[in-house]
Amino acid sequence: MKKSFRQEPFIPYFILLCCTSIVCIFLLIILFHIFSKAIPVLSWEFITSQPHEGMTKGGIFPAIIGTVMLTIITTLVATPLGVASAVYLNEYATENKLNAMIRVAIRNLAGIPSIIYGLFGLALFVQTLHLGTSLMAAGLTLGLLSLPYIVTTTEEALKTVPNSMREGALALGATKFETIRDIVLPASTSGIATGVVLSLSRAAGETAPILFTGAAFYVQGIPGNITQEFMALPYHLYMLSTQHQSIETVRPLAYGTAAVLIIVVFVLNLLAIVIRNKYRNNLK
Amino acid sequence: MELEYAIDTKTMIDVANLNLSFGNKKVLHDINIGIEEKMVTALIGPSGCGKSTLLRTFNRMHDLNSTVHIEGSVIIDGMNIFNKSIFVNELRKKVGMVFQKPNPFPKSIYDNVAYGLKINGFPKNEISERVEDALIRSFIFEEVKDKLHEPASSLSGGQQQRLCIARTIAIKPEIILMDEPCSALDPISTHKIEELILSLKDQYTIVIVTHNMQQALRVSDYTAFMYLGKLIEFNETNEIFNNAQEELTRNYINGHFG
Repeated sequence: MKKSFRQEPFIPYFILLCCTSIVCIFLLIILFHIFSKAIPVLSWEFITSQPHEGMTKGGIFPAIIGTVMLTIITTLVATPLGVASAVYLNEYATENKLNAMIRVAIRNLAGIPSIIYGLFGLALFVQTLHLGTSLMAAGLTLGLLSLPYIVTTTEEALKTVPNSMREGALALGATKFETIRDIVLPASTSGIATGVVLSLSRAAGETAPILFTGAAFYVQGIPGNITQEFMALPYHLYMLSTQHQSIETVRPLAYGTAAVLIIVVFVLNLLAIVIRNKYRNNLK
Repeated sequence: MELEYAIDTKTMIDVANLNLSFGNKKVLHDINIGIEEKMVTALIGPSGCGKSTLLRTFNRMHDLNSTVHIEGSVIIDGMNIFNKSIFVNELRKKVGMVFQKPNPFPKSIYDNVAYGLKINGFPKNEISERVEDALIRSFIFEEVKDKLHEPASSLSGGQQQRLCIARTIAIKPEIILMDEPCSALDPISTHKIEELILSLKDQYTIVIVTHNMQQALRVSDYTAFMYLGKLIEFNETNEIFNNAQEELTRNYINGHFG
């Protein structure tokens, strides 16, 4: 009998495997490079103490707390606005020109470079609204930056709720609002929460938007309220690695800061995965 | 067509000169039909004949679609349901609906039935009793009584559909619309739902859309045959199946098309 079947070719598989490996290798090199240089400085003291002697000694405690506070303000600003807009667009808006334009605008907002958000925040929040360079101004700026992502991911999450579910509630006499509140939102919580956390983890690592709106090179202690300037991990890292008088001396501290920032973002991403799995098991 | 109604029955849904189109596509042509109280009326016809569309006008499910255009009247309890003064959620409380695919909410079995009671303002202390009653009437209580607080998604398709019927009857509607309620179910589950329909008709007016002619014959008192958006023939089920006046109806019943 003639050989009539074709064998699974090896070459395409091999090329695809190589591409994937290259991606992973770069990621591993970055992580290895940073953590190998950071391990000597990473200690309990490093993450719980103030920097001193012109940043050449001590830890990054205020920068960690600053980033956490900033992320909390960003969450409080962006989540309600973003989720509400997505609910409007997906549940209430009809297919007309105005709503199509709103959608395009939101997609485009996601593509604006973060430095422009920073300058816009400086003009609007810091100067026009007289918030000064503060946690509040920086939080609002980062909130704006996160909004388009939250709107888009929330819309996607709402779209995963089958229409038959909405019809089921409406057919029982529920109003549109009751249907959204009692059926649609609970059924899409995991998707919404995942999207929110992921956009926040991205915001937490941003430098440009907080550069002019509130981040400071050095602040004594942690900010007592939202009108004060603050230290933040990405900005601290930027200063230590490019702006410090004795860059060579503080280089290990810069690597330590980078490692802590990566860990913070990684923990947020892990949280997103945990939320997704928890609600997926509960609801479906 | 001439219809003879029994004297002691009352028309529950009175449809007059109903025309419906989606955009430019006309789906229902001048429908006139009277649905009798506490009877089971089956809507049959080939796919795309407009039977589901007609059913969904009775609880104004088409409100969700912005391209729909409706003319004519549907009178339920003496009120035209398209009247601006009608609150659509009040109408839907009176006209319940069971869908083609079981669509339980992502909640517990108990909460699925309790939800309609809660939003429609039934007293809190009556809810658990009414939930139990609805589950019993829907022939599902025995199967779920030990796991009322487990998610509804853990039930089989047939059980889910009976749960959806329980959810619908819990709020005591007057009319139950069923849109091919058995098309996603196996024969045993179908049989249970059919028994359930027969047991419910002493209290409710039921309109059922079905592809299955044997089902129409088994459960319905009246049958309406629709074709290409028109109501071709409407009569007592026995008459439609044994003595249809229209040739189209006879051909469909005998399986010549559809």
